[in-house]
Amino acid sequence: MVKKTKSLNLNFGPQHPAAHGVLRLILELDGEVVEKADPHIGLLHRGTEKLIEQKTYTQALPYFDRLDYVAPMNQEHAFALAAEKLLKIEVPIRAKYIRVIFCEIGRILSHILNVTTQALDVGALTPSLWGFEERETLMTFYERASGSRLHANYFRTGGVHQDIPIKLVDDIEKFCKSFPKIIDDLEGLLTDNRIFKQRNVEIGIVSKQEALDHSFSGVMLRGSGVPWDLRRSQPYEIYNELDFKIPIGKNGDCYDRYLCRIEEMRESVKIILQCIERLPKGPVKSIDGKISPPNRNDLKQSMEALIHHFKLFTEGYRVPKGDVYTAVEAPKGEFGVYLISDGSNKPYRCKIRAPGFSHLQAMDYLIRGHMLADVPAVLGSLDIVFGEVDR
Amino acid sequence: MGFYNFKKKLEEKEPHKDNMIDNLKKLETYLNSELSIKIQNSLIENNELLIEVDQKDLVQVIQFLKSDDKCKFRQLIDIAGVDYPSDENRFELVYLFLSHENNNRIKLSIKFKINQIINSITKIFPSANWMEREVFDMYGIKFKNHPDLRRILTDYGFKGHPLRKDFPLTGFNEVRYSEKEKKVVYEPVKLEQNYRNFDFESPWEGTSYLKEIKKKETDGKKN
Repeated sequence: MVKKTKSLNLNFGPQHPAAHGVLRLILELDGEVVEKADPHIGLLHRGTEKLIEQKTYTQALPYFDRLDYVAPMNQEHAFALAAEKLLKIEVPIRAKYIRVIFCEIGRILSHILNVTTQALDVGALTPSLWGFEERETLMTFYERASGSRLHANYFRTGGVHQDIPIKLVDDIEKFCKSFPKIIDDLEGLLTDNRIFKQRNVEIGIVSKQEALDHSFSGVMLRGSGVPWDLRRSQPYEIYNELDFKIPIGKNGDCYDRYLCRIEEMRESVKIILQCIERLPKGPVKSIDGKISPPNRNDLKQSMEALIHHFKLFTEGYRVPKGDVYTAVEAPKGEFGVYLISDGSNKPYRCKIRAPGFSHLQAMDYLIRGHMLADVPAVLGSLDIVFGEVDR
Repeated sequence: MGFYNFKKKLEEKEPHKDNMIDNLKKLETYLNSELSIKIQNSLIENNELLIEVDQKDLVQVIQFLKSDDKCKFRQLIDIAGVDYPSDENRFELVYLFLSHENNNRIKLSIKFKINQIINSITKIFPSANWMEREVFDMYGIKFKNHPDLRRILTDYGFKGHPLRKDFPLTGFNEVRYSEKEKKVVYEPVKLEQNYRNFDFESPWEGTSYLKEIKKKETDGKKN
């Protein structure tokens, strides 16, 4: 007699703590082995691209904080660069340094969250308690520069909103001096931890070719041994003047990706320290009065400044006709903005390229043949944030 | 007064950027010679190369871009749909590619009429699967030979294609939890106040309705 076996369909999420947000994953199981995974996304879809089409360029920027809400300023950066490329304006050198400092802070923010929650998913509680304390410190840096911990809205086309206080620079430097010790502590908890290794080594292996075919970027690509980082290969801002290394994995498994993230945090700290050392003086936003608003003092004395201020916050600036694609190396991978302008004050089309979208797409191929318990481990190492996947 | 009003042009000082532009120019001439008839238009703007092809040549051209030794565009970055409701060819799809080997990017655009079915490129790039699903969801563009063309970002049972320009920003349906029925219910959108889209276009040149009157006047004079 032949025994009929039936595969079991399991609904993972959308309210599962290890789903890192609102992912509904429909798993087809044969015993404990996953045969097929069908991710249902869009539960956090807010129509960002549609909303941006209705807003001026200044008003569109805050939407980018709400994409990958773990590293908000990296997203803003891509949009600001796109608008600047279309407007053909130069960003003052001090603004470039400030931008890089905060982008790297964003990278550390994101990597701490990812590394520690991945550890949480596979059963380690302590790293997340340690890591979140540091995240809190970093978010106060965000707050001191922009006024808010998460939705910063700090970058502007042509620079950043305001100069940072001198005391803040000192405090960031102090943090950078002490943070490598924290990374060591985290590594002490995880890197050689037997349980952590058992759950991550040789899980979710991605080969070089598959990483390319599945449009992977960032750590997902580097973990598989492809030496590609936009900060090095297509440098923007001042990254080509800075000295930092790009960590690359060997095996392309969850463990290598974890190691890459840890090393990237160390490199980010180096980048921030270099920026602080060289931080030049000067303006922090474009001096073009048709694009960046006048300062408070001018506003009260100059008629022209008042008119500019009024025009900028009602009509906004007009961006020349054309289309442009700019990408930045966000913590999760290549975050790109494809911007089409029709010459008016609002973007005609703004396509957001979120790295997590392609990564999650590969979930089915990554998890096939693995055990059910590996699902959270693989999902954790993909570094998914639903704000950007669903847009 | 420290208030200036001038534009500083972006200068190409960095050598890697100069190299990139040279490479793009070389690539443009190479593609034009190799794919001569298939390329309808090519231009380099803002340091980016854009080629336009006919939708029926799409798969062939993309296969060429991926496999040719001089192109090596091995990664599909994104597929962006664009809607131009007033054009005869209403929709445009822009495919963005990246070559790691040559450190190049290319944009490939196709323009086509509404209801036109486009060939899927999932066989060449597996990652095109979700990207095409997204385009289908947002614009209602259908793809031939796509393995699984379902909606992806919108709600289960959603009607309409939200990124089309004629789809209202506020949508048609809203959801709420009904205490009475003990479940989530769908209702037509009710707004206390209509969405107001202010026209802030420069008053010195006249707001859009004034512009139209002006235009009519000048047209009338010409006739």
